[in-house]
Amino acid sequence: MQYLSSAEITALEKKANVIRQSIIEMLSEAGSGHTAGPLGMADVFTLLYFALLKHDPDNPLWAERDRLILSNGHICPVLYATLAHAGYFPVEELLTLRKFGTRLQGHPHRQALPGIETTSGPLGSGLSQAVGMSLAERIDNPYSSKFFYCLTGDGELQEGQIWEAAMLAGKEKLHNLIVIVDRNGFQIDGYTQDVMPMEPLVEKFESFNFDVQEVDGHSMRALNDAVGKAQAVYGQPSVIIAHTIGGKGVDVFERDFRWHGNPPGKGPEDKIPKSDQARVALEKLRTLAGMIDKDNHA
Amino acid sequence: MFADHLHDAVKTGGEVETVPTRNGFGEGLLEAGKRNKDVVALCCDLTESTKTHLFANEFPERFIQVGVAEQNLASVGSGMAAMGKIPFITSYAMFSPGRNWEQLRTTVAYNDANVKIVGSHAGVSVGPDGATHQAIEDIAITRVIPNMVVIAPADVHEARKVTLAAAKYEGPVYFRLGRSATPVVTTEESPFEIGKAQLMFSRNESLEKKVGIISTGSLLYNSLKAAEELQAAGIGASVLHMATIKPMDTEAVAALAAEHDALVTVEEHQTAGGMGSAVAEFLSETNPTKMYRVGIQDQFGQSGEPNELVEHYGMGIESIVAAGKKVLE
Repeated sequence: MQYLSSAEITALEKKANVIRQSIIEMLSEAGSGHTAGPLGMADVFTLLYFALLKHDPDNPLWAERDRLILSNGHICPVLYATLAHAGYFPVEELLTLRKFGTRLQGHPHRQALPGIETTSGPLGSGLSQAVGMSLAERIDNPYSSKFFYCLTGDGELQEGQIWEAAMLAGKEKLHNLIVIVDRNGFQIDGYTQDVMPMEPLVEKFESFNFDVQEVDGHSMRALNDAVGKAQAVYGQPSVIIAHTIGGKGVDVFERDFRWHGNPPGKGPEDKIPKSDQARVALEKLRTLAGMIDKDNHA
Repeated sequence: MFADHLHDAVKTGGEVETVPTRNGFGEGLLEAGKRNKDVVALCCDLTESTKTHLFANEFPERFIQVGVAEQNLASVGSGMAAMGKIPFITSYAMFSPGRNWEQLRTTVAYNDANVKIVGSHAGVSVGPDGATHQAIEDIAITRVIPNMVVIAPADVHEARKVTLAAAKYEGPVYFRLGRSATPVVTTEESPFEIGKAQLMFSRNESLEKKVGIISTGSLLYNSLKAAEELQAAGIGASVLHMATIKPMDTEAVAALAAEHDALVTVEEHQTAGGMGSAVAEFLSETNPTKMYRVGIQDQFGQSGEPNELVEHYGMGIESIVAAGKKVLE
């Protein structure tokens, strides 16, 4: 397991905050896109790209890299912001999100941008691809130390293909496959428990022969420990159900499913008028929701 | 006149051997696997039926049994291709590319993943299993996807060559196979190249009326027999076999249209969206040509014997002859 000192944890938390600010800026500039999911997954992405993944931003196709497959492509603003801050492309390019001619397509396209492992957006197919990658790796290198991380949404688990892939992963005992579920409890039409209940989710994955963990998706230490344990599991694929708060970091956005599919400037107006949404969100992030008065900007 | 490389029995009017095209795929896949260790195969509980078992028995470590899960099949294939493998994903055409179309579009074609999609049991000649298992829309739904190559081999020899060519080609390829025994028209020597149509029968130039027949897939034999009959009836007829539907050999199609009064296209598929539609799309913009499209006319199939169904749905030899006469009226 990767050991992280308190200082390293603090640095990662600051990095996640900067990534959240980029998410707000790019979505606000784009005028469309998803807000809650990207903010909620900023801690997971930051930990992976700045502490855990074997990767090289200067050589995105490095053969020995770990693979990160984003299955719920609609949260790509967090992937793009993380890749930019990790050095895959200039941070300024984030402001081209969703615009004509951009490398930052509305849903990620593999051939458009370095660091993107697959095209995704239509839900439910990322896990199958991660399973395929893991199977291919095992043929060439049975003692491989590469890991295949697949990030999925929780509403996405309603897709049947997810369970087709889970069945195959369990059958093939893909121990280098680590699934991280963004369990924020909501989807476009409302709370997952109302749209289509997912619980008992732990038992579902266990019955498909996965090693299952549940963690606080905003605790760097808990996430790091969980990934460390998942890496140590042998003979089974792993899933980490990361309980996250949609909209995390901007208290007025948090836990409100109406922020799932809207950018700042087009969200619900009962707390902040549309014209102020981006400014207020950035201020909340820079001052850690008013807890500090100094500017926390990058 | 028949092309030299065609089977003697076809040329002399003798008894023609019949073998399912899927057998040629099975042999070709095994051969491709021996030539290149990166070739892998995946199947959805239809391993013997699709003839993937020949490969699976020889290379068990390179064969993935996916179970009855065609959506997963497509995207697992995409993932394996991302790691440098050359996956052949096999099932019945009704389920792949039928059921998993969006996975093929997004995770295979848009990713430009090097996946070979093999759809067995295409056409009404599937026979007794009935309409649920007779894929007659697969050409239409695959040829509209960017990056996708679409091929319908004529017989067992061509199916083997298509399989080997697909393994060498970099990018997504779909090809369809038949279940039932299909006349062996070509030989080991017959040429096959992705994107090239082959003139299999050239008309008697002394005849005044001229019809060009374009066939794809298993109906090459019927097309050749129909051309012979048309010539016996005093109509010059040529047969261009277009195994590769996409990318189309536009040069060959343009030449055929220029040299004949009218065209007949022949395919075991819905006329809407199939090979004939592709030819019509091309010619309408370059050299509007009178055409008749032989194929299934907006109907579902049904149970029956393969030949019986081919006749019933208007793709038999006499139907092609009639189409050739009608299109010249």
